Amino acid sequence: MSYVIEGRTGPWELVVGLEVHAQVISQSKLFSGASASYGGEPNTHVSLVDAGFPGMLPVINRECVAQAIRTGLGLEARINLESRFDRKNYFYADLPTGYQISQFTHPIVGEGAVEIELADGSIRTIGITRLHLEQDAGKSMHDQDPTRSFIDLNRAGVALMEIVSEPDIRTPEEAGAYLRKLRMILRYLGTCDGNMEEGSMRADVNVSVRKAGEPFRTRCEIKNVNSIRYVMQAIEIEAARQVEIWESGGSVDQETRLFDPARGETRSLRSKEDAHDYRYFPDPDLLPLVVEEAWVESLASFLPELPDAKRQRFQTEYGIPRYDAGVLVAEQATADFYETVARGRDPRLAANWVIGDFFAALNRTGRTIQDSPITADGLGGMLDLITDGTINGKIAKEVFEDMLETGESAAAVVERRGLRQVTDTGAIDAAVQSVLAANQDKLAEYRAGKDKLFGFFVGQVMKAMAGKGNPALVNEALKKVL
Amino acid sequence: MMLTELTIAAAQAGLKRRDFSAVELVGAHVAAIERLNGRLNAFITVTADEAMDAARRADAVLAKGEAAPLTGIPLGIKDLFCTDGVRTTAASRMLEDFVPPYESTVTANLLRDGAVFAGKTNLDEFAMGSANINSAFGAVENPWKRDGDADTVLVPGGSSGGSAAAVAASLVMGATGTDTGGSIRQPASYCGIAGIKPTYGRCSRWGTIAFASSLDQAGPMARTVEDCAILLQSMAGFDPRDSTSVDCPVPDYRAACGRDLKGMKVGIPAEYRVAGMPADIEATWDKGIAWLRDAGCEIVEVSLPYTKYGLATYYIVAPAECSSNLARYDGVRFGRRVPAPSLDEQYEATRRAGFGAEVRRRILMGTYVLSAGYYDAYYLRAQKVRNLIRRDFERAFQQVDVLLTPTAPSPAFAQGEKMDDPVQMYLNDVFTVPASMAGVPAMSVPAGLSANGLPLGLQIIGRSFDEESVLAAASAIERAASFTHRPAIRAEVV
Repeated sequence: MSYVIEGRTGPWELVVGLEVHAQVISQSKLFSGASASYGGEPNTHVSLVDAGFPGMLPVINRECVAQAIRTGLGLEARINLESRFDRKNYFYADLPTGYQISQFTHPIVGEGAVEIELADGSIRTIGITRLHLEQDAGKSMHDQDPTRSFIDLNRAGVALMEIVSEPDIRTPEEAGAYLRKLRMILRYLGTCDGNMEEGSMRADVNVSVRKAGEPFRTRCEIKNVNSIRYVMQAIEIEAARQVEIWESGGSVDQETRLFDPARGETRSLRSKEDAHDYRYFPDPDLLPLVVEEAWVESLASFLPELPDAKRQRFQTEYGIPRYDAGVLVAEQATADFYETVARGRDPRLAANWVIGDFFAALNRTGRTIQDSPITADGLGGMLDLITDGTINGKIAKEVFEDMLETGESAAAVVERRGLRQVTDTGAIDAAVQSVLAANQDKLAEYRAGKDKLFGFFVGQVMKAMAGKGNPALVNEALKKVL
Repeated sequence: MMLTELTIAAAQAGLKRRDFSAVELVGAHVAAIERLNGRLNAFITVTADEAMDAARRADAVLAKGEAAPLTGIPLGIKDLFCTDGVRTTAASRMLEDFVPPYESTVTANLLRDGAVFAGKTNLDEFAMGSANINSAFGAVENPWKRDGDADTVLVPGGSSGGSAAAVAASLVMGATGTDTGGSIRQPASYCGIAGIKPTYGRCSRWGTIAFASSLDQAGPMARTVEDCAILLQSMAGFDPRDSTSVDCPVPDYRAACGRDLKGMKVGIPAEYRVAGMPADIEATWDKGIAWLRDAGCEIVEVSLPYTKYGLATYYIVAPAECSSNLARYDGVRFGRRVPAPSLDEQYEATRRAGFGAEVRRRILMGTYVLSAGYYDAYYLRAQKVRNLIRRDFERAFQQVDVLLTPTAPSPAFAQGEKMDDPVQMYLNDVFTVPASMAGVPAMSVPAGLSANGLPLGLQIIGRSFDEESVLAAASAIERAASFTHRPAIRAEVV
């Protein structure tokens, strides 16, 4: 778990904090009635409020507030019953009003915590400093025309949650685990879809390095990193850059940087002279945001079961190992799928099939749980056929592949292909007799003490029965004769 | 009596009785505008044809006996209220050709009640000014003249100077104004009419171009207190589109005008007796005190100790908000654009060409007081003082029902006076700013003439959402003063 950057002057420790911008799932924008949906022709989801027309006023969207509260509850954080919106002033072509409405001094959510699990099985808690609501800006498009830039305001005014972590992260792996965990929680809550490629979740990464036991040194902020892999790479590269600066007698400037994955470097985004003075002040168009305790409680009571609790329950309720439980709860849909399969069946058998053959099949065919030809009930039906002895485990794999291809039920496949397991002892005895008759030499060797040949006879009998023999009965019949 | 001399209350009755038609009533005013607006410059945009069409529709409604409260009443609309399909400029080059596709809540309320809009009235650019000399469309002339001096052009006050001049000269029967630090009350005082700034939150700000959001409040201007009450009745009301609008029932304002004042406690704030106050203003104030005492009020000396910081605080808070509110005028989506090779240069060129000197000055001041390193010393401290001013009023209103003060420290001054020093100009608002800072309702009512024959107003300040007491006290002063003086330039004088 310890991550050390070996410099010329000795080991350096890494200090990282993350600011995650998560786009809130909501019908309409944070302060206007325009649609917040992704995509759409440019400038088709824009109200007069979003475009900053004279005299237009923001009105808070209560659903966005509910989403922020749900997220805060999911992060085990303090919900601030009174918060406030401030204006962050700066000029840019895709910022229609010339200010972003955000929560600077009084965020809606205070301190919380996220538990992460690392590859070596160790567990760490990363502190959450705050979560606040703010508006997204529009999009500037500089590549549409040689001389002009175009502006798409569809995103302008969409609600974002900025989730700020404490500088508790000490390795790139922890940063990755934190982001994955955060994304998992957001998806469970249904408050953000977590799609980093579409930009609905983006991270600003604060990186500094220090010698063990030192206070924090100057940090740099790497803006708008849009994949977990890039976040981990950017941290590594930026930390190395800072170590190099400190060790060659320089000092790191506090600045905003960009990560360029193609060149594998971070570079300065703006110099100190261009540093913005955002002139934050309380937005006089909005009253303080006051939420009632009872509303928070009601939101809490409708909160879905979150990944940690669900994993715990899977372990105790289904008796499956922690690792398996962890894999199954990684996504809500997987967990739901598993629970449908496991209901009223052998939960371990269910876990093995879901994690094993089912996941492998999805991977192989490039499908997701949502568009899988085998439904949870379908897989469950197949497990029922194993349990009641209709098919054995080996035939089951054949049935599964067939179901994957045809989308038929296990029973239908078994019926169509005549894969029903043979439990008729007469038929088994007949097969045993014919195998022994055809292998007199092997029989003699066995009788002479070569016990290992028992397996050979089992295999031959199963083969003679096209795999459909009940393995237990075949064993029993052979033992009797031999 | 000419139709342009009528009060709104009298015109309502006349229309209902069909003594005259809405076409006649509106036509008389449109004619007056056509005759006098070239001189007074009270309107930036005159919508004569639309007004006459509306008048014809009003007559049809009246014929069916279905008149709404303001059916057929011609009004002027301060060109800060967005009007659907009618150019709305804020008296700025920036919005010279801006035609909003939406109607402000306040004007929509007036239209709902049948009002006829004769045009958009002139103002100081983005409502920043106290003399209506900061308009990109030229200064407004006050229709009043000093005794024996027909030549000197006086200012109408500001920022709602066009509305005040239009109402005083009988170009319209009433008008909308907006008041951020005195922009309804001070021009009302300078032009000898009545005007009320209601409680902050009483009228929706939706669709009204913002100057300083925490202070801006729409209100009516008219020749009588009762007419103001009639207009406010229509303008006021909760609007879910404005988060600062207050969901509080709107009482019968017209009824309040006739209310008996017996037992009402009237506070006289000691701090408003500023050094160097002209004797005629002092005398008018004393007369007002006497009239209210005669009407049965109890006069109480009160103290508003933080009043002296009102103006300084205002000139931090209002510019701070304006610097942010006016950032949207960037040449990107609407309004004036001066193209330039880069975005930053386009901002600079557009805003340099679009904003006048006073607007630029306030944006600079506001940007400064919000900047890192100055925020605590200016903006934050101003907010704290603002709270103290608010508390001043709360404390005073534990003792009294309304406060009585002069509206402005002088009568209308001449164009060209007080123009070299912006601070001198800012001092015009010294009596009106504190009520704005506290958000409480305040009204100016004509009470007398200055030594040189110009109107002087008295200000009545009330408790939050108690416009009724304000209107009642103002009506009493109006009755006692029997202010029948009329300006030299007016519709009736041909």
